[in-house]
Amino acid sequence: MVGILADKDRIFTNLYGLHDWGLEGAKTRGCWNGTKDIVAQTPEWICDQIKASGLRGRGGAGFPTGLKWTFMPKQESDRPHYLVVNADESEPGACKDRDILRNDPHLLIEGCLIACRAIRAHTAYIYIRGEYVHERERLQAAIQQAYDAKLIGPGNVHGWDCDVRVQHGGGAYICGDETALMESLEGKKGQPRLKPPFPAGAGIWGAPTTINNVESISVVGTILRRGADWFAGFGTEKSTGTKLFAASGHINKPCVVEDAVGIPVKQLIEEHFGGVRGGWGNLKAVIPGGISVRMIPAHEAEEAVMTYEDLQARGSGLGTGTMIVFDKDADLVKAIARASYFYKHESCGQCTPCREGTGWMWRVMERMVTGEAEMSEIDLLLDVASQVEGHTICGLGDAAAWPIQGLFRHFRHEVEERINNYRARKGSYAGASIAAE
Amino acid sequence: MSVRRLSPVQPESFAFSPDTLKKAKAWMANFPAGKQQSAVVPVLWLVQKQEGWVSEPAIRAVAELLGMPVIRVLEVVTFYTMFMLEPVGTHALVQVCGTTPCQSRGAEALMDVCKRRIGAQNHRSADGKFYWQEVECLGACANAPMAAINDYYYEDLTPESLEKLLNDFAAGKTPPPGSAIGRQGSAPEGGPMTLTDPKLYDGSLAKKIKIPNLPAAGSVKEKA
Repeated sequence: MVGILADKDRIFTNLYGLHDWGLEGAKTRGCWNGTKDIVAQTPEWICDQIKASGLRGRGGAGFPTGLKWTFMPKQESDRPHYLVVNADESEPGACKDRDILRNDPHLLIEGCLIACRAIRAHTAYIYIRGEYVHERERLQAAIQQAYDAKLIGPGNVHGWDCDVRVQHGGGAYICGDETALMESLEGKKGQPRLKPPFPAGAGIWGAPTTINNVESISVVGTILRRGADWFAGFGTEKSTGTKLFAASGHINKPCVVEDAVGIPVKQLIEEHFGGVRGGWGNLKAVIPGGISVRMIPAHEAEEAVMTYEDLQARGSGLGTGTMIVFDKDADLVKAIARASYFYKHESCGQCTPCREGTGWMWRVMERMVTGEAEMSEIDLLLDVASQVEGHTICGLGDAAAWPIQGLFRHFRHEVEERINNYRARKGSYAGASIAAE
Repeated sequence: MSVRRLSPVQPESFAFSPDTLKKAKAWMANFPAGKQQSAVVPVLWLVQKQEGWVSEPAIRAVAELLGMPVIRVLEVVTFYTMFMLEPVGTHALVQVCGTTPCQSRGAEALMDVCKRRIGAQNHRSADGKFYWQEVECLGACANAPMAAINDYYYEDLTPESLEKLLNDFAAGKTPPPGSAIGRQGSAPEGGPMTLTDPKLYDGSLAKKIKIPNLPAAGSVKEKA
């Protein structure tokens, strides 16, 4: 067996699309089984079970899902409640929700119904990134199947009226932030809102709203079917359950795979991802949770496990659980400079530290790639990064700063070497410019 | 942020095709009464499907359809990078993902192919058939490097396989999307190593089950 999770404990049983994605196939694999009994329970029971399962948001922040649901008002009022599913998967490295949307869409639709019951909502919007055209077509077809079979919609067989609707974006990473997503869903530019008010108080169109990641919602049905203790039995006390992991970069067999949270990074790479190109000894660094977490060097990756707490203690994070692996031939400075360009491109322009800072950081990073920089600029860059971090409305500013900080924490010597080498090559040039002054 | 401006050359007018209008109305019906503005991105997308790009008269038409100020639609069009603001290639719009995961697996070589065959990015090729650009992460990192060509994802590309795709598009064909090396979705090369237990698919999971941890009958209120 590869990994630490047995096939019988996997939730996403059609991850690779080998079987029927449609309603009949999904039912054969256990989806929509016992849903009526679950939906018949009180919202409190559902929230308690999800809390007991220890499920944490799979979109990156890791906020406990059951707890988030309890923030919604306990009474329905004239302002309807909404569930919004964040399917705006755009984090470089992350490609896990895509496989749910195209191959196991019924798990998501069933999860929407149960979550709507838990937060007393009758409408769920699934906000899918615009580029996922194929995935959107699949999802819409699956939703239509569920409507036709009266599994959702008004007067459905489960006894809780629930519309599931699709909205799509236009290619903006920032819309993965929950408040920017709400703005975009309302047909505006995706610029994040200040919090408070929090979405549970005033979300889309000012109504109480809960926003969850695709994976968080899709696992809910199976958790309740098999019991919170089953889910909580995997992983550690603070990081429970099973999760989709993915890898890209310098590995032999990139793929998406479901395994238990708490699997060691080394085992994940060696057994599921075919090992590092050139063998484990050729590993240089791993970005474990999507590009916006800090990288960890090879010697730490040796012992690291895929949990929220272990990776956080290493100055990194589990994030989306989708790693980028670099071998010894990799140009890490260039890789991070490209990430900086990404953030510069995706900054929404609302907050000055991010709008100006991301472009500035990218330009300096590009000079670090060639070595055409002053040694003192390294500290200046880190200073600017720390001034962007935490000084913006949403997390994009933080996310732009962290990869740079991670690079310099572990590989500062490489950049210094580059600057020295550049100087050495251009020795006469540096002298000439001083003489000219 | 990316600077995006409308093309200096604009058509005289724009009209929704009956099909586009029908689909647009369906999107508008997706939202509560009075919130039709929410459909602006999907409607603009439909416009782009109809015309190939989003022109200034189209922006005004969308604003009128949705009852929005024109400036709000203009804001949306220039904010979201999926909207093309000038005519693109008649045969293929090639969007190569250049972000770190794809870069680390050879996206730069793909862009070299595009440069050689099509020319500078964000311009139409000389024959008007192609248009290419480098885009940010398209969310298919386990199948890197990849490119979206006319909306669909072509994955696990090499310069050679991209070249072949471009030949096909130039000849007016539409090659099937997906992995160029025959991978099944995002499964590892050589076939899945997990999800091989036949019990998952024999229907045994569809048998009637009892939901665990249910409150005892009649004691719904008891749980505090």
